Amino acid sequence: MALFNVFDIAGSSMSAQSVRLNTTASNLANANNVAGSAAEAYKGLYPVFQAEMTQLGINPSSVGVSVTEIVQSQAPSDRIHQPDHPKADADGYVYLPNVTATTEMVDMLAAARAYQNSVEVLNTSKQLMLRTLSVGR
Amino acid sequence: MSFNLDKVFAPHLRALQVGNQRMEVLAANMANADTPGYLARDIDFKAAMQAEAGSGMRLATTSAGHIGLGSLDGSPAEVLYRTALQPSLDGNTVDADRESAAIAEASVHYEATLMFLNSKIRGLRTAITGE
Repeated sequence: MALFNVFDIAGSSMSAQSVRLNTTASNLANANNVAGSAAEAYKGLYPVFQAEMTQLGINPSSVGVSVTEIVQSQAPSDRIHQPDHPKADADGYVYLPNVTATTEMVDMLAAARAYQNSVEVLNTSKQLMLRTLSVGR
Repeated sequence: MSFNLDKVFAPHLRALQVGNQRMEVLAANMANADTPGYLARDIDFKAAMQAEAGSGMRLATTSAGHIGLGSLDGSPAEVLYRTALQPSLDGNTVDADRESAAIAEASVHYEATLMFLNSKIRGLRTAITGE
Protein backbone atom coordinates (compact mmCIF):
# COMPACT_ATOMS: atom_id res chain seq x y z
CA MET A 1 0.00 0.00 0.00
CA ALA A 2 1.44 3.31 -1.01
CA LEU A 3 1.62 5.50 2.05
CA PHE A 4 1.77 8.78 0.17
CA ASN A 5 -1.07 8.26 -2.30
CA VAL A 6 -3.17 10.81 -0.41
CA PHE A 7 -0.66 13.51 -1.28
CA ASP A 8 -0.72 12.62 -4.98
CA ILE A 9 -4.52 12.68 -5.01
CA ALA A 10 -4.80 16.00 -3.17
CA GLY A 11 -2.02 17.40 -5.38
CA SER A 12 -3.84 16.37 -8.57
CA SER A 13 -6.97 18.10 -7.30
CA MET A 14 -5.04 21.28 -6.51
CA SER A 15 -3.46 21.42 -9.95
CA ALA A 16 -6.80 20.71 -11.67
CA GLN A 17 -8.52 23.44 -9.67
CA SER A 18 -5.73 25.89 -10.47
CA VAL A 19 -6.21 25.19 -14.18
CA ARG A 20 -9.88 26.01 -13.62
CA LEU A 21 -8.91 29.24 -11.82
CA ASN A 22 -6.63 30.13 -14.74
CA THR A 23 -9.42 29.69 -17.28
CA THR A 24 -11.72 31.76 -15.07
CA ALA A 25 -9.09 34.51 -14.90
CA SER A 26 -8.76 34.39 -18.70
CA ASN A 27 -12.54 34.59 -19.14
CA LEU A 28 -12.84 37.51 -16.73
CA ALA A 29 -9.90 39.37 -18.28
CA ASN A 30 -11.47 39.09 -21.74
CA ALA A 31 -15.06 39.71 -20.62
CA ASN A 32 -15.09 43.21 -22.14
CA ASN A 33 -13.27 42.56 -25.40
CA VAL A 34 -15.25 43.32 -28.52
CA ALA A 35 -14.71 41.96 -31.99
CA GLY A 36 -15.84 42.74 -35.52
CA SER A 37 -17.53 39.38 -36.13
CA ALA A 38 -19.15 36.57 -34.15
CA ALA A 39 -16.34 34.18 -35.11
CA GLU A 40 -13.62 36.56 -33.90
CA ALA A 41 -15.32 37.28 -30.56
CA TYR A 42 -13.68 35.77 -27.47
CA LYS A 43 -15.18 32.41 -26.46
CA GLY A 44 -15.26 31.33 -22.83
CA LEU A 45 -12.74 28.60 -21.88
CA TYR A 46 -13.77 25.76 -19.59
CA PRO A 47 -11.73 22.77 -18.34
CA VAL A 48 -13.09 19.21 -18.53
CA PHE A 49 -12.39 17.19 -15.39
CA GLN A 50 -11.96 13.44 -15.41
CA ALA A 51 -11.01 10.90 -12.76
CA GLU A 52 -7.49 9.69 -13.50
CA MET A 53 -7.84 6.43 -15.39
CA THR A 54 -4.13 5.71 -15.52
CA GLN A 55 -4.22 4.66 -11.88
CA LEU A 56 -7.21 2.40 -12.43
CA GLY A 57 -5.17 -0.75 -12.80
CA ILE A 58 -3.21 -0.11 -9.62
CA ASN A 59 -5.82 1.00 -7.13
CA PRO A 60 -9.27 1.64 -8.59
CA SER A 61 -10.75 2.63 -5.22
CA SER A 62 -8.95 5.97 -5.02
CA VAL A 63 -8.07 8.03 -8.05
CA GLY A 64 -7.00 11.63 -8.51
CA VAL A 65 -8.46 14.08 -10.99
CA SER A 66 -7.01 15.42 -14.20
CA VAL A 67 -7.95 18.02 -16.78
CA THR A 68 -8.37 16.15 -20.06
CA GLU A 69 -9.05 19.15 -22.25
CA ILE A 70 -10.06 22.79 -22.22
CA VAL A 71 -13.12 23.46 -24.34
CA GLN A 72 -14.40 26.69 -25.85
CA SER A 73 -17.97 27.59 -25.00
CA GLN A 74 -20.28 27.29 -27.99
CA ALA A 75 -22.85 29.71 -26.59
CA PRO A 76 -23.85 32.43 -29.10
CA SER A 77 -22.14 35.82 -28.79
CA ASP A 78 -24.23 38.91 -28.11
CA ARG A 79 -23.85 41.90 -30.41
CA ILE A 80 -24.48 45.55 -29.76
CA HIS A 81 -25.07 48.38 -32.20
CA GLN A 82 -22.12 50.78 -32.10
CA PRO A 83 -21.57 52.22 -35.59
CA ASP A 84 -18.83 54.60 -34.44
CA HIS A 85 -16.73 51.80 -32.94
CA PRO A 86 -13.52 51.17 -34.96
CA LYS A 87 -14.25 47.42 -35.02
CA ALA A 88 -17.90 47.68 -36.04
CA ASP A 89 -18.95 45.57 -39.03
CA ALA A 90 -20.79 46.83 -42.12
CA ASP A 91 -24.10 46.96 -40.23
CA GLY A 92 -22.54 48.82 -37.28
CA TYR A 93 -22.48 45.92 -34.84
CA VAL A 94 -19.68 44.84 -32.49
CA TYR A 95 -19.67 41.36 -30.97
CA LEU A 96 -19.23 40.67 -27.24
CA PRO A 97 -17.59 37.59 -25.68
CA ASN A 98 -20.00 34.81 -24.65
CA VAL A 99 -18.90 34.93 -20.99
CA THR A 100 -20.92 36.32 -18.10
CA ALA A 101 -18.84 38.00 -15.41
CA THR A 102 -21.23 36.90 -12.65
CA THR A 103 -21.09 33.24 -13.67
CA GLU A 104 -17.32 33.43 -13.82
CA MET A 105 -17.15 34.93 -10.32
CA VAL A 106 -19.31 32.11 -8.94
CA ASP A 107 -17.14 29.55 -10.74
CA MET A 108 -14.07 31.19 -9.25
CA LEU A 109 -15.52 30.87 -5.74
CA ALA A 110 -16.35 27.20 -6.32
CA ALA A 111 -12.83 26.50 -7.60
CA ALA A 112 -11.28 28.33 -4.64
CA ARG A 113 -13.40 26.34 -2.18
CA ALA A 114 -12.47 23.05 -3.84
CA TYR A 115 -8.80 24.06 -3.69
CA GLN A 116 -9.14 24.91 0.01
CA ASN A 117 -10.75 21.51 0.69
CA SER A 118 -7.81 19.76 -0.96
CA VAL A 119 -5.31 21.77 1.07
CA GLU A 120 -7.25 20.80 4.19
CA VAL A 121 -7.09 17.10 3.23
CA LEU A 122 -3.37 17.47 2.56
CA ASN A 123 -2.71 19.12 5.93
CA THR A 124 -4.73 16.53 7.85
CA SER A 125 -2.90 13.67 6.12
CA LYS A 126 0.47 15.30 6.70
CA GLN A 127 -0.28 15.66 10.40
CA LEU A 128 -1.32 12.00 10.63
CA MET A 129 1.80 10.84 8.79
CA LEU A 130 4.05 12.87 11.10
CA ARG A 131 2.29 11.39 14.14
CA THR A 132 2.74 7.91 12.67
CA LEU A 133 6.45 8.53 12.19
CA SER A 134 6.84 9.40 15.86
CA VAL A 135 5.09 6.27 17.21
CA GLY A 136 6.96 4.79 20.14
CA ARG A 137 9.14 7.83 20.83
CA MET B 1 5.24 -18.09 27.59
CA SER B 2 2.01 -16.95 25.92
CA PHE B 3 3.14 -13.42 25.14
CA ASN B 4 3.26 -12.62 21.43
CA LEU B 5 4.32 -9.16 20.22
CA ASP B 6 2.52 -9.65 16.91
CA LYS B 7 -0.74 -10.34 18.67
CA VAL B 8 -0.32 -7.23 20.82
CA PHE B 9 0.17 -4.92 17.87
CA ALA B 10 -1.72 -6.65 15.05
CA PRO B 11 -5.19 -5.11 15.56
CA HIS B 12 -3.71 -1.62 15.77
CA LEU B 13 -1.60 -2.11 12.67
CA ARG B 14 -4.66 -3.29 10.75
CA ALA B 15 -6.60 -0.27 12.05
CA LEU B 16 -3.81 2.02 10.81
CA GLN B 17 -3.80 0.31 7.41
CA VAL B 18 -7.56 0.58 7.00
CA GLY B 19 -7.48 4.16 8.33
CA ASN B 20 -4.80 5.10 5.81
CA GLN B 21 -6.73 3.48 2.99
CA ARG B 22 -9.89 5.26 4.06
CA MET B 23 -8.09 8.63 4.03
CA GLU B 24 -6.98 7.82 0.49
CA VAL B 25 -10.52 7.03 -0.65
CA LEU B 26 -11.91 10.18 1.01
CA ALA B 27 -9.14 12.29 -0.53
CA ALA B 28 -10.07 10.86 -3.93
CA ASN B 29 -13.72 11.78 -3.30
CA MET B 30 -12.70 15.33 -2.40
CA ALA B 31 -10.40 15.59 -5.44
CA ASN B 32 -13.22 14.48 -7.75
CA ALA B 33 -15.88 16.71 -6.16
CA ASP B 34 -16.35 18.47 -9.54
CA THR B 35 -15.76 15.50 -11.86
CA PRO B 36 -18.84 14.60 -13.92
CA GLY B 37 -20.04 11.03 -13.38
CA TYR B 38 -17.72 10.33 -10.43
CA LEU B 39 -19.28 8.11 -7.74
CA ALA B 40 -18.26 8.76 -4.13
CA ARG B 41 -16.82 5.75 -2.30
CA ASP B 42 -16.07 4.86 1.28
CA ILE B 43 -14.86 2.03 3.50
CA ASP B 44 -16.98 0.53 6.27
CA PHE B 45 -14.35 0.66 9.01
CA LYS B 46 -16.28 -1.61 11.37
CA ALA B 47 -16.86 -4.27 8.70
CA ALA B 48 -13.20 -4.15 7.68
CA MET B 49 -12.05 -4.70 11.26
CA GLN B 50 -14.61 -7.45 11.86
CA ALA B 51 -13.48 -9.23 8.72
CA GLU B 52 -9.94 -9.08 10.09
CA ALA B 53 -11.00 -10.38 13.51
CA GLY B 54 -12.68 -13.35 11.82
CA SER B 55 -16.07 -12.70 13.35
CA GLY B 56 -17.51 -11.57 10.03
CA MET B 57 -18.71 -13.86 7.26
CA ARG B 58 -16.21 -14.83 4.59
CA LEU B 59 -16.68 -16.31 1.16
CA ALA B 60 -14.56 -19.30 0.27
CA THR B 61 -12.07 -18.47 -2.47
CA THR B 62 -11.08 -21.76 -4.08
CA SER B 63 -9.77 -20.25 -7.29
CA ALA B 64 -7.51 -17.29 -8.02
CA GLY B 65 -10.35 -15.63 -9.93
CA HIS B 66 -12.76 -15.65 -6.98
CA ILE B 67 -13.43 -12.43 -5.16
CA GLY B 68 -13.38 -12.87 -1.40
CA LEU B 69 -15.54 -10.91 0.99
CA GLY B 70 -13.49 -9.17 3.65
CA SER B 71 -9.74 -9.05 3.74
CA LEU B 72 -6.76 -11.12 4.73
CA ASP B 73 -3.12 -10.34 5.47
CA GLY B 74 -3.06 -6.58 4.99
CA SER B 75 -4.90 -6.69 1.68
CA PRO B 76 -7.00 -3.59 0.94
CA ALA B 77 -10.36 -3.35 2.69
CA GLU B 78 -13.54 -3.54 0.64
CA VAL B 79 -14.45 -0.19 -0.87
CA LEU B 80 -18.17 0.46 -1.28
CA TYR B 81 -20.17 3.11 -3.13
CA ARG B 82 -21.88 5.81 -1.15
CA THR B 83 -25.63 6.42 -1.36
CA ALA B 84 -26.05 9.93 -2.68
CA LEU B 85 -28.13 12.37 -0.66
CA GLN B 86 -28.34 14.95 -3.42
CA PRO B 87 -27.00 13.52 -6.69
CA SER B 88 -26.27 16.23 -9.21
CA LEU B 89 -27.36 16.24 -12.83
CA ASP B 90 -23.89 15.38 -14.12
CA GLY B 91 -23.97 12.08 -12.18
CA ASN B 92 -21.51 13.15 -9.48
CA THR B 93 -22.44 11.85 -5.99
CA VAL B 94 -19.77 13.67 -3.92
CA ASP B 95 -21.05 15.90 -1.13
CA ALA B 96 -18.09 18.07 -0.05
CA ASP B 97 -19.51 18.76 3.42
CA ARG B 98 -20.12 15.09 4.06
CA GLU B 99 -16.62 14.27 2.83
CA SER B 100 -14.95 16.81 5.11
CA ALA B 101 -16.94 15.45 8.07
CA ALA B 102 -15.84 11.91 7.14
CA ILE B 103 -12.22 13.06 6.87
CA ALA B 104 -12.40 14.66 10.32
CA GLU B 105 -13.87 11.42 11.70
CA ALA B 106 -11.25 9.25 9.98
CA SER B 107 -8.39 11.41 11.24
CA VAL B 108 -9.68 11.26 14.83
CA HIS B 109 -9.95 7.44 14.52
CA TYR B 110 -6.42 7.30 13.16
CA GLU B 111 -5.04 9.46 15.97
CA ALA B 112 -6.87 7.37 18.56
CA THR B 113 -5.25 4.22 17.15
CA LEU B 114 -1.85 5.89 17.31
CA MET B 115 -2.55 6.81 20.94
CA PHE B 116 -3.45 3.20 21.82
CA LEU B 117 -0.32 1.99 20.04
CA ASN B 118 1.86 4.52 21.83
CA SER B 119 0.46 3.66 25.24
CA LYS B 120 1.00 -0.06 24.62
CA ILE B 121 4.60 0.57 23.59
CA ARG B 122 5.10 2.77 26.64
CA GLY B 123 3.65 0.05 28.89
CA LEU B 124 5.93 -2.59 27.40
CA ARG B 125 8.94 -0.31 27.72
CA THR B 126 8.11 0.34 31.37
CA ALA B 127 7.85 -3.39 31.94
CA ILE B 128 11.21 -4.02 30.26
CA THR B 129 13.22 -1.22 31.86
CA GLY B 130 11.41 -1.33 35.21
CA GLU B 131 11.68 2.40 35.65
